[in-house]
Amino acid sequence: MIYAVAILAPLLGALVAGLLGRVIGDRAAQSVSILCMAVSAACGVAVWTGAVQAGSPVGVLHLLTWISAGDFHADWVLRHDMLALEMVAMVSFISLLIHIYSIGYMSHEEWPTSRFFAYLSLFTFAMLMLVSANNLIGLFFGWEGVGLASYLLIGYWYNRPSANAAAFKAFMVNRVADLFFIVGIVLLYLVTGSVSYDRIFAAIPAHFDTVYHLFGTTLPVLEVIGVLLFIGAMGKSAQLFFHTWLPDAMEGPTPVSALIHAATMVTAGVFLLARMSPLLEFTPVTRDIVLVIGALTCFFAATVGLVQPDIKRTIAYSTCSQLGYMFVAAGAGVYQASMFHLTTHAFFKALLFLSAGSVIHAMHDEQDMFRMGGLRRAMPVTWIVMWIGSLALAGIPPFAGWWSKDAIISAAWATGTGLGHFAWALCVIVAFLTALYSGRLLFLVFHGQSRYDAAHLHPHESGPVMLGPLVILALGAAVAGWALYPWLIGPHQAAYWNGAIFNRPDHALIDHLELANPLLEWLPTVLGVLGLAVAWYAYLANPALPARLARAMPGLYRFLLHKWYFDELYDAILVRPYRALASALWHVGDEGVVGGIPRGLTALTAGGAATASRLQTGSIATYAFTMLIGLVVLISTFLLVR
Amino acid sequence: MSSSLLLTIVLYLPLLGALALLAVPKADGVARAIGLGVSGVNFLLSLGLWAVFNPHAVGFQAQTRLAWLGGFGVTYHTGLDGISLLFVVLSTLLVPVSILAGWRIITQRVRDYMIALLLLETALVGLFSSLDLVLFYIFYEATLIPGALLIGIWGGPARVAASVRFFLFTFGGSLFMLLDVVYLWQATGTTDLPVLMGTHFAPAVQAWLFVGFVLAFGVKLPIFPLHGWLPSAYGEAPAPVTALLSGVLAKAGAYGLLRFAILLLPDAAHRFAPILIALGIVAVIYAAVIALAQTDMKQVIAWSSYSHMGIVAIGLFTLNAEGIDGALFQMLAHGIIIAGMFLALGMLALRTGTRELAGFGGAAGSMPKLALLAMLFAMAGIGLPGTGGFVGELLVIAGAIHIGFWTALLAGSGMILGAIYMLMLYWRSFFGAPRGALAGTPATSRDLAGVELAALVPLALIVLWMGVYPTSFTRVFNPRVMAFAHPEAVASIAPSAQFR
Repeated sequence: MIYAVAILAPLLGALVAGLLGRVIGDRAAQSVSILCMAVSAACGVAVWTGAVQAGSPVGVLHLLTWISAGDFHADWVLRHDMLALEMVAMVSFISLLIHIYSIGYMSHEEWPTSRFFAYLSLFTFAMLMLVSANNLIGLFFGWEGVGLASYLLIGYWYNRPSANAAAFKAFMVNRVADLFFIVGIVLLYLVTGSVSYDRIFAAIPAHFDTVYHLFGTTLPVLEVIGVLLFIGAMGKSAQLFFHTWLPDAMEGPTPVSALIHAATMVTAGVFLLARMSPLLEFTPVTRDIVLVIGALTCFFAATVGLVQPDIKRTIAYSTCSQLGYMFVAAGAGVYQASMFHLTTHAFFKALLFLSAGSVIHAMHDEQDMFRMGGLRRAMPVTWIVMWIGSLALAGIPPFAGWWSKDAIISAAWATGTGLGHFAWALCVIVAFLTALYSGRLLFLVFHGQSRYDAAHLHPHESGPVMLGPLVILALGAAVAGWALYPWLIGPHQAAYWNGAIFNRPDHALIDHLELANPLLEWLPTVLGVLGLAVAWYAYLANPALPARLARAMPGLYRFLLHKWYFDELYDAILVRPYRALASALWHVGDEGVVGGIPRGLTALTAGGAATASRLQTGSIATYAFTMLIGLVVLISTFLLVR
Repeated sequence: MSSSLLLTIVLYLPLLGALALLAVPKADGVARAIGLGVSGVNFLLSLGLWAVFNPHAVGFQAQTRLAWLGGFGVTYHTGLDGISLLFVVLSTLLVPVSILAGWRIITQRVRDYMIALLLLETALVGLFSSLDLVLFYIFYEATLIPGALLIGIWGGPARVAASVRFFLFTFGGSLFMLLDVVYLWQATGTTDLPVLMGTHFAPAVQAWLFVGFVLAFGVKLPIFPLHGWLPSAYGEAPAPVTALLSGVLAKAGAYGLLRFAILLLPDAAHRFAPILIALGIVAVIYAAVIALAQTDMKQVIAWSSYSHMGIVAIGLFTLNAEGIDGALFQMLAHGIIIAGMFLALGMLALRTGTRELAGFGGAAGSMPKLALLAMLFAMAGIGLPGTGGFVGELLVIAGAIHIGFWTALLAGSGMILGAIYMLMLYWRSFFGAPRGALAGTPATSRDLAGVELAALVPLALIVLWMGVYPTSFTRVFNPRVMAFAHPEAVASIAPSAQFR
């Protein structure tokens, strides 16, 4: 019951703030939505801690019949197992902090902010429904709800063309992936006869050898399903080829970015893979694909993050890169590690985005890091918490990211396969790159000489309503790894997850994460420290170096700055051809050919013009009556003449 | 009161209302009051039909059978089953909604408008409740007259050509139905539907009859490429009429396909299903692509309606329970959603003075209520879960996966293509800075009036209800669909799941 409150309270907040916001006023709308979020977070955390103590009981709460047609059944059911409980606790808690922070961040808006808070709460509600669903259709409800809420929030400033474009792009990229996802779901339904988790999972092992005819060949049906679901996950989690929406999504207000990147939305894909572990454990090929895509995303995004001048874009690409890590873990079959990194990442990524928001707020909407510098004196709290967040991101012990990222890198090595070692190599390189761009951000923004116009701009520390959430998140970013390690992937993991995550006994890598070789064990950490050192050298000790490097390698620099030219490529092969096709079909095809036939017919009808002129005069009633009589006479004649 | 009598009242009350309108003075207020009163009461009465309906009973309910042309095997026979009941309710709902929505849009010849609407209502209820082919044919044709008049008198600048085109297309298609009716009567000596349902026809005969019915109803749906009338008719008709044309009249075509082409001729339906599914897929994609190229916001929705009817065609001809259930649900949900969409855009056009997307923009700032409702209908239109648009589409895709992977994927492609034109439409009309006709408007100065909210809010609530608790609708028709589809609907995986 408390669990249902945790999930449904944000919906109430969204409805009140959204529908009554103009009536009850802005303050009241904010208060209601935050109150609902607080109730939700309190219930969510309470249920989670209770479950940890009671040994992770599994259960379902049936709310309402939903779809029931033919053999297809899907109900509104809330599932509470550890996977759902942990996500509910984390999402509601982080979202509450973001709600509170938004009071301060949105205080200078000229529009009423009730709409903003309604969207935030709606976003949270959708994510909570996603993680607590007991069947794939329920998950898809949350999945699409998250898509809608992100669309509304990214395009919140709807009078800005760039915000509309970014919102449109986010929705469309996700929709493309979602089509494959839904087809994967119905294919799973075709095979197992159900969309409910328990039934699907029970039926899957029996279909290990079932084949499906596709592309003129026979493929294992589980692999086909696995790949389709993975494409869905790629869209939401912004993996390579579907990543283009994520950096643009920062067109929304900064708290939105924090919500998208930390708690809701992008983590959905990672969650899906963990949720579907009983399926993925029987699809080795799909897991290899997940592994490779994850590693490539990890590497690609880190390289792009190195050269972005925009503070939010830098953090956005780091999200993309960290999601790649999580997919590597899932691909290696260590879903526990991907969930662990998801959780720690939620803390430090929310922290980084909200801190960046604090900086942007202080700099009056300046986002270019090369026009900042030396801010540590003006904003000491933001400076310290951003250091903590960045150290956690860079994987420096004992901060949260170190615990989870190391586990993932070890998992990639422990696979023992060629692909696994390829992923491991990329992950290790990225550990260095991550520290490098994190350090770059810190040194450019907070250290060195100020590069802004100090005569007109007087940056100041944010107020307590914004700093409070930052400090709490910083605490999480500092200790979450150490505190959660024993439960999520350490010695207690089997009891903690209690079957919510499935590992086939014959290759349970989770038990073999301790690497024998201490060199391998400490390599990522050493590279992380090295990355920070290089960042210090290049951006603080010797600030002319990056520009010299860019001049020395202009091709590479432009390639990275333009994000490997993905946007340009998609524009050329998808967007423009589609527009041209639409125009051609309309003007040439339909107006010309299909529309031409009836025009000819009409012209042939001699009475056409006369009928037309009569239509405008006379009583309709008599006219209609006459025609009705005529029809009856006509039919009767047909029937009588035999 | 017996349900048969109730059905008869629901069927003829609007006709009585139309006659009463002839008798009263030509004052607009009186006409509106009578129109709204009669159609509103009729809607409530039709809810009574729903309340007493038993979905698990075999055969037709609320039957009335009267001798009529008795010597020729033709009777006056009306009644309902799970398939037709909800379409009666949909018709009786959308008429009062259209009257409310037209409160400010229709200002010329109001009394005649009300008469036409009420006549249309009787014709619609009649065609959905007819259990005799001749009676069905009469009601089906009878929709044409008020339909064409509503386009031709209250429509836009090119209304007359649009009206004639609409009339000729539908009438031309119906002639093939008439041939079928005559043949069936000649072969069996009766036109009574329950009797014909129990008759088995030779495959070759079924094939010819099937082609006739598909041509007749395919025009109305429309099935590709029989849509030549659609852009002009939907575009020229006033918004409340377009809402009725696409909301109910298009469904009459789909209903006819299911009732006659599929349930009456199952062998031919199985034989030709792949072709019809292919045509449905073409419609989904073709119309969605063209919708993006439109510059008139009403045309975008007109083409989207066509695209969604493609989904209905696919669902019907999967011939399995999920697919047909999905198609029926999609017909109902789409009836509500598309009506809401056309009405919302009509109200927007009333305020901007233009339907050209280039002529205005940024409506969200000055019309937040309209923006919210339009967003809901737009999201329902692209099948967002939690709205009625999702359930039908999902079930059709679930039905299509029985046919094959590519069928399901292509049937679902509307999810992507639909989102493109719908979000573009919303972006260009509601988002952005106020410009063109809306430049410089003060905040919320032009938002919806009470009577307009009274038309749109109920539709919005129904859309959400259909999305959250669709069982209240599916349980009405699912038993009937299961009775038809179940033996064949068993999934077969290994042998050729290819698109055939």
